[in-house]
Amino acid sequence: MSQTFLQEFEAHTATGTAEVPEWLERMRREAMERFTATGFPSSRDEEWRFTPLGPITQTSWQSASRPGRITRHLLTPYEFGHPDWNTLVFVNGIYRDDLGSVSSLPGVRVGSLGDAVRAGDPVVPKHLARHATIEAGPFSALNLAMFRDGGYLHVAAHAEVTQPIHLLFVSTAEATGSVMHPRNLVVVERGARAAVVESYVTVAPVSTYWNNPVTEVSLGANAWLEHTRIQRESEQAYHIGFTHVDQQRDSHYRSFSMAMGGALARHNLHARLNDQNVETLLYGLYLTRGEQVVDNHTAIFHDHPNCRSWEVYKGVLDGRSRAVFNGKVFVKPEAQKTDAKQTNRNLLLSDTAKVDTKPQLEIFADDVKCTHGATVGQLDDIALFYARSRGIPASEAQRLLTYAFAAEVMAEVSLDPVRQELERLLRERLGTA
Amino acid sequence: MTQPLLEVRGLRASAGEKEILRGIDLTVQAGEVHAVMGPNGSGKSTLAQVIAGHPAYQVTAGQILYQGQDLLDMEPEERAQAGVFLAFQYPVEIPGVSNAYFLRAAYNEIRKARGLEEVDSMDFLDLLEEKLKVVEWDSDIMSRAVNSGFSGGEKKRNEILQMAVLEPRLAVLDETDSGLDIDALRIVANGVNALRRPENATVLVTHYQRLLNYIVPDRVHVLSSGRIVKSGGKELAFELEERGYEWLEPEVITS
Repeated sequence: MSQTFLQEFEAHTATGTAEVPEWLERMRREAMERFTATGFPSSRDEEWRFTPLGPITQTSWQSASRPGRITRHLLTPYEFGHPDWNTLVFVNGIYRDDLGSVSSLPGVRVGSLGDAVRAGDPVVPKHLARHATIEAGPFSALNLAMFRDGGYLHVAAHAEVTQPIHLLFVSTAEATGSVMHPRNLVVVERGARAAVVESYVTVAPVSTYWNNPVTEVSLGANAWLEHTRIQRESEQAYHIGFTHVDQQRDSHYRSFSMAMGGALARHNLHARLNDQNVETLLYGLYLTRGEQVVDNHTAIFHDHPNCRSWEVYKGVLDGRSRAVFNGKVFVKPEAQKTDAKQTNRNLLLSDTAKVDTKPQLEIFADDVKCTHGATVGQLDDIALFYARSRGIPASEAQRLLTYAFAAEVMAEVSLDPVRQELERLLRERLGTA
Repeated sequence: MTQPLLEVRGLRASAGEKEILRGIDLTVQAGEVHAVMGPNGSGKSTLAQVIAGHPAYQVTAGQILYQGQDLLDMEPEERAQAGVFLAFQYPVEIPGVSNAYFLRAAYNEIRKARGLEEVDSMDFLDLLEEKLKVVEWDSDIMSRAVNSGFSGGEKKRNEILQMAVLEPRLAVLDETDSGLDIDALRIVANGVNALRRPENATVLVTHYQRLLNYIVPDRVHVLSSGRIVKSGGKELAFELEERGYEWLEPEVITS
């Protein structure tokens, strides 16, 4: 089916409607060549062994082109009660400045990536596809070849963004049968601070579409970023996301990745620690039910000494759903004094849910502290008894403890309005709202 | 004679293949404090947990009557709703749920079961304010996750706080005194004493006589190898403190 994309790509380029600068045109062509050469991954590919890609690779997806019928009012539930936050809204992949709000902030450029490219923003060519390269895999190559738009944030050195920037990707019923390739670029320069929320939502809860987003993050020396990613799409949708983070000396990156939507939702999160004294915190939560498959692949590249990475992913699985977790930690020989800890804990609410969890630590330095732990289990009988012995009925005690299991990792979201909304979603999913 | 609050008759219980309680008879009247003492492994904690309905134990014979009702027919939550409370020897940590939320959920479930209206969080905070005084605590503790990262003493105090809020008819305290320093012991004991009512009863399961300096029992029972081998007044506790448990081992008694 990769032919479909090539044809569309050629047609698009030939008509000259793309209006892309030459450097980008070259990059896109290269990416398309790359994708055409490799094609989609097969089930023999170790990286994709547990990910049922069939529905994606065997469908003829059209690039989303129909504007979604939507009003601002419909987006209220996704605003965390903060319409005042800088919010970039993309509907079926198309930037809609009429639906969001962008206010000018000192030292900050925020807007659509497409606009930044057209305006000739010099930061974009320095970073675009430099972090999430086409070598990262066929999906990110395809994204580069095909992307239409996405969020762009540039925070100048030592600037501080006090309020979160929200990148909100919405699909509507008009997106049914189509694919979107959002491309986000977040550049936080030396000593600057920012918080970004990246949401993938739908107003058509049973529609089938494919979202193929790529987000590139670059953190300068001593920069600080809190990045919350929320995937709550249609349970008939497909989502293959890739986030690549590059960190310079003394920088701090904190990620929370929530996945609760999709028939298949995969997120690859790579963090490369490019200098000393970097801190990388990756937290995640996935909630699955029915026949859903959620797949998180993370990779942390400890290339330099004295860095710390801390990772906790938790999952709550119900029905016949399945979760995949793969956590790679690479420690180079020169990365002495690395402190890396990885934890993946899964709670099964049914006998038919299934988890494939695989820590993958490759450590080539000798003076390091690296640990990992993975668990798959059910609620603790003693904790259940404790709650029941206080008068709480068994079914309620189960919900309470399930909530507790998930809420523990949610506590790592430091933006209060975002955390409160995530807690609400969790209660809603567990039936305790 | 009035109906006893608690009546245990010929109770036998096992954990898996292993029989731990081998015929317990115990009668507790309203208004009384009973101490159940005994060496490690004698079955005293098992007795406490069986009364609360712990799933790790199977009752193989006998009865437990609470206000004339068969407790063994009731789920653990039904026992709690009827007024039975177990202060755990090892209170369970529940990261992710605040102490306030947990306790209000329990309080409201018990009210609901009794046909009373649930209280909202504001009214509950007022109630809590009063109850925190019983354990000499300020309200900071309520926003922490249930027992999570609590010291041993804090966990035991939290059990007493729960007891103060839930106001049980029958409170069973399982080694609430173990591992407490003297201040924590005093606070816990004051809490228990403050909650004594003529219509309530307390069963203190303890290894040491120390707690009984603060909470004076009406009756003391000594458990050994799953049976009550001796019962007496509060002076029995002093005798145990002096002479240890060896003289009461069943082998010694029968020989």
